[in-house]
Amino acid sequence: MHTGVESPRGVWWKPAHKAEKVWVVLAFAWCMVLFAMMPLWHWKGGQNPSGIRARVEPEAYRARTEEFIASYQVGEEENGIPIVEPPPGSDIYLMGQMWLWTPSLRLQKDTEYTLHLSSVDVNHGFSLYPFNINFQVVPGYDYGLRVTPTEAGDFRIVCNEFCGVGHHVMVGRIEVIDPAAAAAVEGGKPLTLSAPARGEEGDR
Amino acid sequence: MKGGFRVCPTTSLRVHRQADGLIKAHAVVATVSLLIGGITGLLVLLTRWQAVHLLDAALFYRVLTIHGMSMLIFFIIFFEMAVLYFAGPVLLNSRVPAPRLGWSMFWLMLLGTVMVEWTMWTGRADVLFTSYVPLKAHPLFYLGVILFAVGTLITVAIFFGSLVVAKREGTYEGSVPLVTYGAVAAAIIAVITLLHGAAIYIPTFLWSIGIGSVDPQVYRMVWWGLGHSSQQINVAAMVAVWYLLGALTVGSVVINEKISRTAFVLYILFISMASAHHLLVDPGMGPTWKVVNTSYFMYMAVFASMIHGFTVPAGIEVGQRVRGLTKGLFEWLRRAPWGDPGFSALVFSVIIFGFVGGITGVTFGTEQINIIAHNTLRIPGHFHATVVAGTALAFMGATYYVLPLIFRKKVAFWSLAKIQPYLFAAGMLIFSVAMTFAGTFGVPRRHWDMSFSQALFDVQFSPAANLLVTVMALGGLIAALGGAIYILVTVWSVFLGQPMEGDAAYVDARSS
Repeated sequence: MHTGVESPRGVWWKPAHKAEKVWVVLAFAWCMVLFAMMPLWHWKGGQNPSGIRARVEPEAYRARTEEFIASYQVGEEENGIPIVEPPPGSDIYLMGQMWLWTPSLRLQKDTEYTLHLSSVDVNHGFSLYPFNINFQVVPGYDYGLRVTPTEAGDFRIVCNEFCGVGHHVMVGRIEVIDPAAAAAVEGGKPLTLSAPARGEEGDR
Repeated sequence: MKGGFRVCPTTSLRVHRQADGLIKAHAVVATVSLLIGGITGLLVLLTRWQAVHLLDAALFYRVLTIHGMSMLIFFIIFFEMAVLYFAGPVLLNSRVPAPRLGWSMFWLMLLGTVMVEWTMWTGRADVLFTSYVPLKAHPLFYLGVILFAVGTLITVAIFFGSLVVAKREGTYEGSVPLVTYGAVAAAIIAVITLLHGAAIYIPTFLWSIGIGSVDPQVYRMVWWGLGHSSQQINVAAMVAVWYLLGALTVGSVVINEKISRTAFVLYILFISMASAHHLLVDPGMGPTWKVVNTSYFMYMAVFASMIHGFTVPAGIEVGQRVRGLTKGLFEWLRRAPWGDPGFSALVFSVIIFGFVGGITGVTFGTEQINIIAHNTLRIPGHFHATVVAGTALAFMGATYYVLPLIFRKKVAFWSLAKIQPYLFAAGMLIFSVAMTFAGTFGVPRRHWDMSFSQALFDVQFSPAANLLVTVMALGGLIAALGGAIYILVTVWSVFLGQPMEGDAAYVDARSS
């Protein structure tokens, strides 16, 4: 017997003790379970981070967002950010820039949209409050996620990637209205939280 | 350059004069970096603790950048270079090959460190540890990192050289010890890491002076080949230090060389791909790339850690039983040297690294869980359990042996040193667990104000999240006290401590 600071002499490639063998087999089996779960979850699960991926020049993305705003704008927030209500099933463009999310979105419950995320300057982080759903927003890349809001309410987009000294003021807004009960939401009732928004797989 | 060996009266190892000197120099710079990182860490903590909210926003992000670089790069890597000089020349009874080059590289690393620290402290590099382009820092920031990396790479090469020299000069019989083998794994991973670093920081440096461009997504991918792989150097070095501390504190036995060494090989082969889990919710990569890199490859590295998680405690148990502590199931554990800070640091490092750091890290490596963890406080909660409570604590434990064996000084304030690992481990455990749970509410990391008092729209986290952040702050304060004791003990011992008795002089090999 020797310690880890002593040189083993002769042949040290020897069979392991039974206890160690059992542990190695158990650990390996467990890692294989994890290994199997990963693709299985991706395949069977309803919430995956893979979306429609494309390169986009920041200025082209800005132009696309501005066109989107011009088409569907319905109002303006107190701080001047446009409020946009896109038709069901449409492509939504959300633009991150120091230190704003543009525009504010008004979506309908139980309706599928394709949410595009990109930045026109540095990296930003899309974090949907209070559901805690997070995506990286990288300049030069269009990240398209299929989303279906499952809950009506007033949500926030917190930037959670450091983007300069004003990082902590960068908060955006998504309002989800239930067409059947839109009036109740307008009255500002507290949020009820249950299922998260679904981002479906789709890698075109 | 003076050579010669002394024979260590405790371990009977032949220690080369240059190995002594180089280990001391690297350890001293590591401790200074730890002090800088510790003070800035405390300032970050006192700012995120909303009740105190100490610094203003600009200063907070600056201090956070300094904390990250000083701890994750300068403290850890300087210490690891000391580990390499110990695991190579000292454990193999060998000389340091090319000591002049070794010293030059030490000074080069120090120059890089000073350049980076200067740009950060003067507000020329408020880009945080990751420095994601197109956030831009002063060119000297990137150049400093490059010089540091070159110095590190050549120091690693000297370590490989010491293996060749020891083999050729026959300074040991049989195979290299397991601790040295683990250090070789760490050194190989360091080469992989530093090549990634060169591949990304050289173009970024050129971009910062106006030459060419760097794609932000490519930057993220290659940078994490540096940023996460450097944590894998830490893992491999930490496990090597676990085996070292086991040997030094209780004479723990290597129960099977084949199993432990194979596990180190698995680290080398698979652990670098684990970097991909940083990009699980990135737009640039497809699902196949994400799943392949973070499942199959990463779990083989996880498998290796699970093996070490068995063999290290098992080696301690067998070592203790060989020494006659055989009563019942747990006499070996009950009568272990709990008052030896090297031993308690080893035990807490294994437990917190495995059960808190390891488990959280593996779960975040899944696509779906990453969606709810990415860039929240869950991430720093995880890596404070791995790299602070795991690696840094193991290195602290090793320091209590480096002081008498290499610095030839008695450990000062022994009663404080005895409780230091307990304080530090308890504090970091509370800190990282509370931080992780706060993250489950979506509290962002790297954020100055979770009350969002100046934000464009109001955001109100649940009171539970605020409570958890307060608990995190209290844990952090306990850990900071433990860290302060560590620095007090080491600095006092080195500069004002009592020398060890029975010191042998360096004797030139030719005259002996």
